[in-house]
Amino acid sequence: MTDKKYLLTSKQMAAFAADGYLRFDALVPDAINRATLKEYDEKPWPHGGGYVGTPLSKQWVGSPGIGAMLKLPQVAGIIDSLVGPEPRYDHHQVHIVPPKSPHGQIWHADAIIDTRLEHFDLQFFYFAHDTPREMGGTMILPGSHLRRVNETDIARYQNFLGQLPSTCKAGTIVFVHHGIWHCAQPNLTDNTRYMFKLRLNPTVKQVRLWNTDDINDSDIPRILGRNHGWYGWGGEDRLEVVQRIKFWRALTGDDKFDTDYWLGRLENDPQRVLQPA
Amino acid sequence: MALRQQILILYLSTSDLASNVCAWSIYDGTGKETHTSGDSDKPPYGSVLEAMKDGWRVIQLPQQFPAYPGMEYTTSFLKFEFALEKLVEV
Repeated sequence: MTDKKYLLTSKQMAAFAADGYLRFDALVPDAINRATLKEYDEKPWPHGGGYVGTPLSKQWVGSPGIGAMLKLPQVAGIIDSLVGPEPRYDHHQVHIVPPKSPHGQIWHADAIIDTRLEHFDLQFFYFAHDTPREMGGTMILPGSHLRRVNETDIARYQNFLGQLPSTCKAGTIVFVHHGIWHCAQPNLTDNTRYMFKLRLNPTVKQVRLWNTDDINDSDIPRILGRNHGWYGWGGEDRLEVVQRIKFWRALTGDDKFDTDYWLGRLENDPQRVLQPA
Repeated sequence: MALRQQILILYLSTSDLASNVCAWSIYDGTGKETHTSGDSDKPPYGSVLEAMKDGWRVIQLPQQFPAYPGMEYTTSFLKFEFALEKLVEV
């Protein structure tokens, strides 16, 4: 049982529902970061692929790098909050961008078009070394996770208002919804850039898995309604909020939740029939 | 002198050509410039209309379709995609 103090709060979960990611800077201690980089070199486990469908707890057992990172109570608490206990390992990949790589990867969403709203997979991007902008970082597009696209269909796009490069200190992890749009960025330095990506599947219903002490916080509707800029104002942004209301209903089990009355007025279905006078 | 095409794609906030740019891409057929994902944080123009005033010709307006039944609240690609071109001597 994870100590409650390591679980996400409702406000953090609302931010995840709205933005599609949660970022924790320098979360992993240096000793584990260094051990991870050593594992990238020595390859005690494969750089990609793995053991699809098996429990996460059976992976990286005894590893002082990735294994130790996964066992950190803070990391375990975040995983528990998002996908619950005993998540299923889907796949991992050590992403490597060689020195002097001038081209960014095309924008994409991983896997294939995914219509699930009730469940989601968790991916995370772990940066074991400092990643300044000239080294790239993985670019993510906040708020893109609930859009229905198929993998590289979005490759024509190059730049968005609000795009966010994961420039960070060593030990930073960005936890993302499986649907987030993202792309690796150019590495203009003389050093190789590494990023460890892991995808996890839930094995329980993803309802109220976090610390819900603040479930009624008055900031939550505002968080869910925020605008990331790249889908405009006064049109698509409202539909974006509707997606988040539906997502929040699924996450909380509260099928009446609403913000700004977007769904409430549509769900108004009066049944009272007036008798003619 | 040969002519080559430069393509500028602007994604607007609404179907109004004067509305603000939310996303953008540049493809340069002259080969002089190479653009890639995430290479700028500021759009080259504030709107399609502003780009037109700088000599860009609009070659595609986004068609508008009613939502498919059942898809009224679904979001996917950016709706208001305008393609513009310049022909440049090389």
